[in-house]
Amino acid sequence: MSDAMHPAIAGAQPSQRAEKRPEAPLFEGAYQDRFEKILTRYPDKRAALLPVLHLAQEVRGWVSPQTIRRVGELLDLTPAYVRSVASFYTMFNLRPVGKYLIQVCVGIGCDLCRAEEVAEKFLELTRTRIGETSEDGKYTVIEVECLGACAFPTVVQVNDKVYENVKAEEVEGLLKELD
Amino acid sequence: MAYPYEHPRETRVLSKYFGDEDAIGIDGWIERGGYKALAKALGMAQDAVTEVVKDSGLRGRGGAGFPAGLKWSFMPKDGKLPNYLACNADESEPGTFKDRELMRWTPHQVIEGIIIASYAIRAQHAYIYIRGEFVDIVRVLNGAVVEAYERGYLGENILGSGYGLDLTVHAGAGAYIAGEETGLLNSLEGRRAEPRVKPPFPAQRGAFGMPTTVNNVETLASVPGIVENGADWYRQWGTEKSPGTKLFSCCGHLQRPGNYEVPLDFNLKELVYDLCGGPPEGRELLGVIPGGSSVPILTADEIDCDVSYEGIEAAGSFLGSGGLIAMDDSTCMVRAVRRMVEFYDHESCGQCTPCREGTSWLAKILRRIERGEGREEDIPLLLDIGANMAGKTICPLSDSAAVPVVSSIQKFEDEYMGHIRDGGCTAKR
Ligand SMILES: Cc1cc2nc3c(=O)[nH]c(=O)nc-3n(C[C@H](O)[C@H](O)[C@H](O)COP(=O)(O)O)c2cc1C
Ligand code: SF4
Ligand code: FES
Repeated sequence: MSDAMHPAIAGAQPSQRAEKRPEAPLFEGAYQDRFEKILTRYPDKRAALLPVLHLAQEVRGWVSPQTIRRVGELLDLTPAYVRSVASFYTMFNLRPVGKYLIQVCVGIGCDLCRAEEVAEKFLELTRTRIGETSEDGKYTVIEVECLGACAFPTVVQVNDKVYENVKAEEVEGLLKELD
Repeated sequence: MAYPYEHPRETRVLSKYFGDEDAIGIDGWIERGGYKALAKALGMAQDAVTEVVKDSGLRGRGGAGFPAGLKWSFMPKDGKLPNYLACNADESEPGTFKDRELMRWTPHQVIEGIIIASYAIRAQHAYIYIRGEFVDIVRVLNGAVVEAYERGYLGENILGSGYGLDLTVHAGAGAYIAGEETGLLNSLEGRRAEPRVKPPFPAQRGAFGMPTTVNNVETLASVPGIVENGADWYRQWGTEKSPGTKLFSCCGHLQRPGNYEVPLDFNLKELVYDLCGGPPEGRELLGVIPGGSSVPILTADEIDCDVSYEGIEAAGSFLGSGGLIAMDDSTCMVRAVRRMVEFYDHESCGQCTPCREGTSWLAKILRRIERGEGREEDIPLLLDIGANMAGKTICPLSDSAAVPVVSSIQKFEDEYMGHIRDGGCTAKR
């Protein structure tokens, strides 16, 4: 991440990596710089809430109760308000997730092309159930709705990376490739 | 080069450079004639730009088909309040994936459209509300926005015209309902993406309580071509009521799924069979949803119509967002409908009782039928719930959720009865 990030895009870095630094301060260094830039792009502080939650999740890996309180302090919002907004949106992890957040599309386009077999394979090989994190903390598999690439079923997103045309028999190789 | 497939019968206006890596960056884009339309627009009066778009007949590509120029003309001109433009890049209607490709291959086409539209409506700040899940596309778009600032197409005094515009990329965070324009505005303001009661319309009270125009990515991407070449050029394609070309995202059971751009008087059946290659070998087409999961399904013999707004409506469905979902005879219709309804159940924002309750009841009953535990009374029950969900809510999501259920019962009742009477599925797997 460059210090000179343009303010126009400072808030638009949605992150789904679990960096696992749950105690990291909000915000310092380059992150403080981005936080300040975000605030310059909206007429009030409330509007910065989604970008700032994305930023906090990028730093800490998930949106913990402490994060909610801190973000509220920074934006003059109550923790209850921040929580009610954060919980509306599926991308904010209100619980810690595994190192690899595996999102399998089960939208209609992928479902028609047997997405359920792909989802089942991921669950089987990671020995998890939907939304649960594997014991070694590595994998969380979730089913998501249309990822906007329906011509390439099944669409799978692992953290920030999109995989298209994934077949059930390719899941094993894909998992190996992650490490 | 095309992406992923190209067909000689397409008319590639918006998608001309799909698949061309060199068109993504600003230098490549300028070499291909980019930002000429902007220079032209900035030399025109604001209202003259709106007038050209009005004359072109361009209709909103986000789903509702509202004329773009007319929408712009509702914006106040007195400059008393700041005006805003919001580009709706939330694309999440299942089966729709055209805005993603427009942003991925031709981000500058979208940005140029945004700048021209902002100029026409006298906005000084525009936001691109992009779906948060589009992590890879956000990166492309961000790069393009920074390039546009560096070259002076954004910021103060654009191309020496005295006009200035800031553009901010704002990522959503996973909520389909943020694609509804007033849900989008709430989300942009840092609230839950709950749709607002209209009126007031966004042009009166939009983002931050200020006059706002919300336009879809494809709508805005169509603007530079129109401004550069004129309304008549645009009207060489399509019909009187539906001018121009449009991208169709085609998915499901097709030999060549992908985005195809055709004039709006193109034949739907030819789009499915000729361009997309029809269903896979040895399969027969069962039905087609022509405009994203919110529009009624057409049977295979109802698709001999043109793809204009009025053409598809006459055939019994809607053009919607242009997300075409094809289903062949391996499809279990009950399952497919159940999947679509579960989507709406998950995405209902919960403000209106008919929507919140109706979507979950529909899903529950469909799951029961799919398992072979349905009863004959379930059919009238589904229709009754569907009827009570339509036209009674703050936004049309409730209506949309009932659409696949009601239309599939009308057209594929046998499939439902197969599950109910014989406890099994008629699909040829
Ligand atoms: C439930 C719902 C979801 C919608 N999702 C989108 C979307 O993802 N993208 C979009 O452009 N329009 C979407 N719309 C349509 C918008 O409300 C709005 O009509 C559109 O952005 C206006 O732009 P246009 O006139 O250029 O089409 C949605 C509407 C509803 C009711
Ligand atoms: S119809 Fe559904 S999604 Fe729309 S406002 Fe009402 S509850 Fe929310
Ligand atoms: S349905 Fe899977 S990407 Fe659209």
